[in-house]
Amino acid sequence: MSKIPKNLLYTEEHEWILVEGNRGTIGITDHAQDALGDVVYVDLPKVGDKIVKGETFGTVESVKAASDIYAPVSGTVVEVNEALKDSPELINRSPYDEAWMIVVELDDESELDELLSPEDYENILEGE
Amino acid sequence: MKGTPLIFERSVPGKEGFRLYAPDVPGVNLSETIGGGLLRQNLDLPEVSEVDVVRHYTKLSKMNFGVDDGFYPLGSCTMKYNPKINEEITAYPAFTELHPYAPEELAQGTLRFMYEMQRFLCEITGMDYFTLQPAAGAHGELTGILIIKKFLEAAGQKRSRIIVPDSSHGTNPATAKESGFEIVKVKSGMNGLVDLEELKKNVDENVAALMLTNPNTLGLFEKDIPEISHILHEKGALLYYDGANLNAIMGIARPGDMGFDVVHVNLHKTFSTPHGGGGPGAGPVGVKAFLRDFLPKPIVEKEGDTYFLDYNMPRSIGRVKAFYGNIGVVLKAYAYIRSLGARGLREVSEMAVLNANYLKKKIQDLFEVPVDTICKHEFVVSAGNWKKKNGVRALDIAKRLLDYGFHPPTIYFPLIVEEALMMEPTETEGKEALDAFADSLMRICDEAQENPDLMQNTPHHMPVKRVDEVKAAREMKLKAGQL
Amino acid sequence: MRYIPHAPFQVEEMMKTLGISGIDDLFADIPEEVRLKGDLNLPPPLNEIELKREILSMAGDNKASTYINFMGAGAYDHYVPAVVKALVGRSEFYTSYTPYQPERSQGTLAAIFEYQTMMANLTGLDVVNASVYDGASSLSEAVLMACDIKRKDKVVISGAVHPEYVETARTYGFGYNKDIAVVPYTESLETNWDKMASMAGGDTAALVVSMPNFFGVLEDVKRAEKIAKEKDAMLIVAVNPISLGLVVPPGEYGADIAVGEGQPLGNALNFGGPYLGFMAARSEYVRRMPGRIVGETVDADGKRAFVLTLQAREQHIRREKATSNICSNEALNALAATIYMAYLGRRGLKDVAYHSHSKARYFIDEVNKSGQARIVNDRVFNEVVVEVENLEEKYQEALYRKILPGIKLSRFFPEQKNRLLVAFTEKRSRQEIDSLLKVLGVK
Repeated sequence: MSKIPKNLLYTEEHEWILVEGNRGTIGITDHAQDALGDVVYVDLPKVGDKIVKGETFGTVESVKAASDIYAPVSGTVVEVNEALKDSPELINRSPYDEAWMIVVELDDESELDELLSPEDYENILEGE
Repeated sequence: MKGTPLIFERSVPGKEGFRLYAPDVPGVNLSETIGGGLLRQNLDLPEVSEVDVVRHYTKLSKMNFGVDDGFYPLGSCTMKYNPKINEEITAYPAFTELHPYAPEELAQGTLRFMYEMQRFLCEITGMDYFTLQPAAGAHGELTGILIIKKFLEAAGQKRSRIIVPDSSHGTNPATAKESGFEIVKVKSGMNGLVDLEELKKNVDENVAALMLTNPNTLGLFEKDIPEISHILHEKGALLYYDGANLNAIMGIARPGDMGFDVVHVNLHKTFSTPHGGGGPGAGPVGVKAFLRDFLPKPIVEKEGDTYFLDYNMPRSIGRVKAFYGNIGVVLKAYAYIRSLGARGLREVSEMAVLNANYLKKKIQDLFEVPVDTICKHEFVVSAGNWKKKNGVRALDIAKRLLDYGFHPPTIYFPLIVEEALMMEPTETEGKEALDAFADSLMRICDEAQENPDLMQNTPHHMPVKRVDEVKAAREMKLKAGQL
Repeated sequence: MRYIPHAPFQVEEMMKTLGISGIDDLFADIPEEVRLKGDLNLPPPLNEIELKREILSMAGDNKASTYINFMGAGAYDHYVPAVVKALVGRSEFYTSYTPYQPERSQGTLAAIFEYQTMMANLTGLDVVNASVYDGASSLSEAVLMACDIKRKDKVVISGAVHPEYVETARTYGFGYNKDIAVVPYTESLETNWDKMASMAGGDTAALVVSMPNFFGVLEDVKRAEKIAKEKDAMLIVAVNPISLGLVVPPGEYGADIAVGEGQPLGNALNFGGPYLGFMAARSEYVRRMPGRIVGETVDADGKRAFVLTLQAREQHIRREKATSNICSNEALNALAATIYMAYLGRRGLKDVAYHSHSKARYFIDEVNKSGQARIVNDRVFNEVVVEVENLEEKYQEALYRKILPGIKLSRFFPEQKNRLLVAFTEKRSRQEIDSLLKVLGVK
C-alpha cells in the first residue's frame, strides 16, 4: 500500500499539495511514482508562470510511460525544484519530500475545498 | 568488458576503404569555386578498410534476429516470410537505376506495375482509387485523414473530432492530432468490440470520422460493422480503415464493402515486404470514388497502352512526400500478389487465422484470456495471472522466449489488457513451429512457477543481458564521442 | 500453397484440435452481408519462372534506366558500392523488425547509433533521429517541430527549396493549421533575402532554406542565420549530404535543425523511393524530435549495449500527445547510408564530393568558353541551371542519344523556359559530359 501523508490534500490525478498560508507546494503521490516506474525526466514550468486548476503544468516520463501533471489549484509559480532536472529519480525515492515540484502562490483559496482529503484519496486508490 | 562493438573502434588514421583516384576532368581550386567561408575544414568520419567494414557489419548482423532466423509472432506487425524472388527482381538495375523524373515514355515498366498495383489494391480492399505515395502505415493514416479534412472543407463542413476506440494503435490518435482534430476515445465493450451505445453517444455533426481496425487489435472481427457504418454515415461522418490487420480477411471480406470510405494498407505487413529493422514500409491509401479528387498527386493513369502520371488534380491535398512513394517496396508487393493470385491470397488469410486459433488453443490455459471466442489472425492473452501469483511479468516471459530461440510477441499492447501478450503467428509458420513455440511457453511457465527470480534476469543466452533502459533515458548518450 | 508450409494432413490435425469441420467455421463471425461473393478479380497466379519473365518484360520498358543520367533535383545517380549492397542484403538485417527487444537487436541498434553519430558529425549538429520517410517529409516534420517549440503558427520558406518539399510542407501545414509562406527567388536563382526578412515577423516560428538550393546554388546562408536571429525564428536547413564533404555544415551557420534526403548516401534511385529523410538538431530540442532515437547504455553485466530511448515522445506511448505519428521509418536505407559513410570514411566522402563538384565545374567552364549557352548562376556544388536555345529540340536529341540531359525547369516553374537543371556525380565521365555538351550545341 502506498504512503498517503495526513497533512496533504490530493487530486484524483494523483497530485498532492501542502498548503502553508497562501502558498502551496505541489508534487505527485507515492502511488503515481510507483505506477510510472523509474522516472527518467520531468518537465516543469518556470518561476512566474501561471498554472490553472485542472490543467496540465508539466509532465513526468518513465521509460515506458509519460504522464501529465495537473494543477490542483490555480496560481503563480514562485519556486521550482531544479534538483529534479538532474535527478529525476528523487521522484521515486522521495515523492513527498525531496521531490516536491513547484511552489505556487494561490489565486483562490476556496479551490482547496474541492481537493481530496487523505481519506478520500485512499478510498479512490482502493477502488482502482 | 566491451559489449556491442562500434565501427569507430576499428578506425585507424590513414586507413581507407573506397577510393576514386583523380577525376578525369581538370582539377578545381576549391577556395575559388566554393569560397566565401563556405569551404569545410573538418569532417569526422571513420577511417577503415573494406575488410574491416565487411567484418564489422557481418558481426552486427549476427547480433540481430530476423524472420529468416526463426518464429516472429509479433502481434499487429505481420512478420511473415519475405520471399527471396521478390528481393531478386527488385534489385534489377532496370528498376533501381530509374530516376524519378525520367521521361514517362522511358519508364513504362515501372509505371505499369504502379498502375496495376493501384488496381489490385482497389480490388482487394473494395475501394475505387488508390495512391501509392505514403511511405508507411502511419503516413497512410495521415494522408487518409487529410483527405477527409480536405473533403469536409470543400463541402463547407466544420467537423473537429475524430473517434478512436481505446484498443486502437497509437498511430490513430497521433494521426488525428497531427491532422488538427480533437480525439474522442470510445471504450470497448466487454466482448472486446466497439460498444455501439457508447459510439452512438459520441457521434454527432461535429465528428469527422471514426478510425477503426477490423479485425481489431484483440484479433476480433467487428461483426457490427454494418451498424457502425450506419451510425457514422447517418450523421455525415466518414469511416477510416486502419489496414494493419488486413492479413486476416483477404478474399473473404473487403473494407469497402463494410462501408469504409478511406483505407490504408501496409505492404510491409500483409503483402510480405521485409520490415528492414523498422522500415522501409509502404502505406498506400484507397478511397471511394467521391474522394478521388482529394488524393495526393500524382496518381498513375493509363490512356490506350500508355501509362502516365496524372498531376491534373486541382482539389488534391498536395503531396505527403517527394516523388511517388516507396516504389521499390511496391514492386515486391506487386510480385507477391502476382505470385499468389486471388485464391492464394484467400488461402493466406485462411491459414493465418487457422494458425492463430491453433496457437491460442495450445497456450490459452497458461494465461488469462480476456475474450474467449474465435480470433482472426492474432489474439491477446494476459500474464496478469502470473504477475499476481509470483510477480512474473509479460516482459519477463518475452525475454525468456529469446533464450528459447523465438522472437517474443508484442507486449503491453493493446493498452486495455493488463500484462498483454499479443501473438500473430502469420500463415508462413507450419504446425511444427507453432507446437515448438507452445511447448517452450509451457516450459517457461513451469520455470515461472518454480523459480520466479530466475525469470527476472532473463535472457541469459543473448548477445547482451537485460538492457538498462532507465540509464539510457537518464544519461541520453545519443552519439559516440570524438572518433 | 506458395509460402504456406503446412502439409495437408497437418491442416486436418489442426482443425481437429480446434474441433472444427472446415476453415469457414473460423470466419463464422463475419456477417453475410459484408462477405465477398466469389473470388477477387486478380490475374492468375504465376510460378517463379513466369513471374520473372513478366517482371523482366516490364524491366525492358524502363529504357531510361540505361541512359547516361544527368538528372538530379533531389535524387542523385551516385555510385552504390558493392560492399553496401552485400551487407544490406544480409537477411538478419532486412527481415528483422523494429528493435524493440534490444537483447536480440544489437545489430540494428548499434548501426543506428553509428548512423546518429556520423550524421551528427556530417551536419555539425548534436542529435539525430533514426530516419524519417524522405527529405520532403523530414522538412515538413521539422516545420511542425519548430512551430511546437516556438508555439507559433507561421513558417517562412524559401521558394528556392525543392518545389515538392514546399508542397509537402504545405500539406502537413494544412493538417496542423500552420501558415506556410513562400519567399520568391531572385533572377540569379537565390533566395530573395530582403523579401524573406520582410515576410518573417514576430509570429514566425522558423525560416526554411536549402543548401545548395533546388537550382544547385550555394546560398548565402550567413544571411539566413542573421535574419533568423533578428526575428527570433529557428533556422531549418535542407542539405544535400554529399555536399557536406566540401561545404560547411549547417551547425556552423546557426541552423537549429538540418534535414535532407539521405538517398545520395548509398541508396539507389528506385524511381523515387524508398529513400530516407534525415533530421539533426541542437541537443536542447531532442525531446521535441519525431521518430526513433537510439541511446547507449549497459546490460545487466555492465557491458555496453544500445537501446531505443526517449520513447515517451512516440505514438506507441504518448498517443495523441506524441511529437509525431511516425512509426515505421526507413531503417534499412539508413543502414545503407551508415555502411556507405563508414566505408567511404572522411577521405572517401570528400572524394565523391570533389569529383561531383569538379565535373559540374568542367561543364560550367566548357559552356562559358563556348558562349553557346548561359549558366544562370555558377556558384554551385554539383548541379547547375543552363539556359539553351531550342531546349525541347535538344532534349529530344539527347534522348535519341540515350542521354537524360537533366530536368526541364518548366516542369516546376512554367516561366523558366529553355532552362535545364543538370546534375553531376562521380559516375559521369568526361566523355559523357562531352556528349552532353555536344547535344546542347556547346561543343
